[in-house]
Amino acid sequence: MSALAPPQPAAVPAEPGAGRTRPPTTVTRSRGVRLRWLRRWVSPAVILVVWQLLSSAGVIPEQKIAAPLQILATARDLVADGTLGAATLVSVQRVALGFAVGAAIGVTLAVVAGLSRIGEDAVDPPMQMLRTLPHFGLIPLFIVWMGLGETPKIALVAMGVAFPLYLNTFSGIRSIDRKFLEAATTLHLTRWQRIRHVVVPGAVPQALVGLRQSLGVAWLSLIVAETVSASSGLGYMINHAREFLQTDVIVVGLAVYSILGLVTDAIVRTLERKALSWRP
Amino acid sequence: MASVTHSPVGTVARVREHHRAYGATSVLRGVDLDIEAGEFVALLGRSGSGKSTLLRSLAGLDPAPASEVEVEGRTSVAFQEPRLLPWKPVQENVALALLNTSRRDERDRRATTVLDEVGLSEKSDAWPLSLSGGQAQRVSLARALVSEPDLLLLDEPFSALDALTRIEMHRLVLQLWARHQPAVLLVTHDADEALMLADRVLVLDDGLLAHEWQVPVPRHARTPTHPHLSEVREQVLAALGVQSLDQKAAGAA
Repeated sequence: MSALAPPQPAAVPAEPGAGRTRPPTTVTRSRGVRLRWLRRWVSPAVILVVWQLLSSAGVIPEQKIAAPLQILATARDLVADGTLGAATLVSVQRVALGFAVGAAIGVTLAVVAGLSRIGEDAVDPPMQMLRTLPHFGLIPLFIVWMGLGETPKIALVAMGVAFPLYLNTFSGIRSIDRKFLEAATTLHLTRWQRIRHVVVPGAVPQALVGLRQSLGVAWLSLIVAETVSASSGLGYMINHAREFLQTDVIVVGLAVYSILGLVTDAIVRTLERKALSWRP
Repeated sequence: MASVTHSPVGTVARVREHHRAYGATSVLRGVDLDIEAGEFVALLGRSGSGKSTLLRSLAGLDPAPASEVEVEGRTSVAFQEPRLLPWKPVQENVALALLNTSRRDERDRRATTVLDEVGLSEKSDAWPLSLSGGQAQRVSLARALVSEPDLLLLDEPFSALDALTRIEMHRLVLQLWARHQPAVLLVTHDADEALMLADRVLVLDDGLLAHEWQVPVPRHARTPTHPHLSEVREQVLAALGVQSLDQKAAGAA
């Protein structure tokens, strides 16, 4: 159990130097915050313990779902023999490639549509029509067109990524305050200077919202694509395990999917903090 | 000041029979105006009189036929809101006006110099959104002046500031004007501000430049109690449609 439980000190010590320098209200409040933080770990821990006990007692059959400790052991084995690492690498590569393709398409189209009325009239109508299409519904067509290899998976990820990036970047470009564009005119900026110093940085906040959304969709698309068919990667590992009722392997695969989602989200947050440091 | 190289001669802006309308509403109905190099002109008018419209024509923000609006040399504008790009630090905002100067060190040097002139050297790396209203407006002035414009257009740049900051800004503008010697067109609704700053005061009324006063008083002598100025002030206010107390009393009787 200890590996799953949070680092819980035997007794809550007073904060260093708290009694001497800090006013008492602050100490109480910060201890309150910390207690609250600890308290929020209690119910997940209880759930795990109950789950483990029920599994050990045989109430929950292993074919339905494995016990927490067994899942942990399986995870250790899968890491040790390299299976998990190899599968994760394959899946990450698919997402990265699909994201790169989709982002290039989405941002390029958004810039074309955002910078000129002709571009908008040419690009926006088909994009708005395609946007309403649930892109997972395209899987049969993708399989007909591209078979069952890597291409349809990457295409599905790219498709999922392109739309949120297109929509947000386009609206980011179009919603730039007219006052800034006028200021650029009075500063005698050329068209290119205006794009570089006003339009692009002005569109970044909204484009980053699109980036966050598109990465979420990217992972989702990958999971769907790999579940439909795969001969390698995390999805393959999960499907393979299903045939042998290895619920522990399935859970490990799912856990890796969520960790990868969390990691990409953290990367985007860092990026946002850096790119938007001008915000108060 | 080494950067002042041009000597102000000639006419920098010539407006002839300038008309502008928004839809069916006629805003400017044949405006004539000459601004001489180095001259400080204040343009007064009630809200909606078209004074900002005239400034926009001169700034090239609204297209106007060359036969009606002709500007000699470079213009720059400081708006009522400073309009600093929030994603660029103060110094880069100022240097933005110099992008046609190819050398980066030259741009940086001039931006630093003019930031020093407006007293904000220590803020050169700050983000615009962290500045106070007065500080942001000073950066905006620096950005407008760093390119050594021949015509500086000020669109009510002090109206959003508190009274004390506004007095400081008046002094700063006069200093900068003396140093850089641009012609200035100050659009304002504040008669006192116009009389403290300008060589010439104009009132725009019903789409026409209806009144004009020269202010031949040296700036250091311009106090609110100066006899000539208070006389002009009454005339300006009357032209703007503000009744004096005597008239009000007469009207009530």
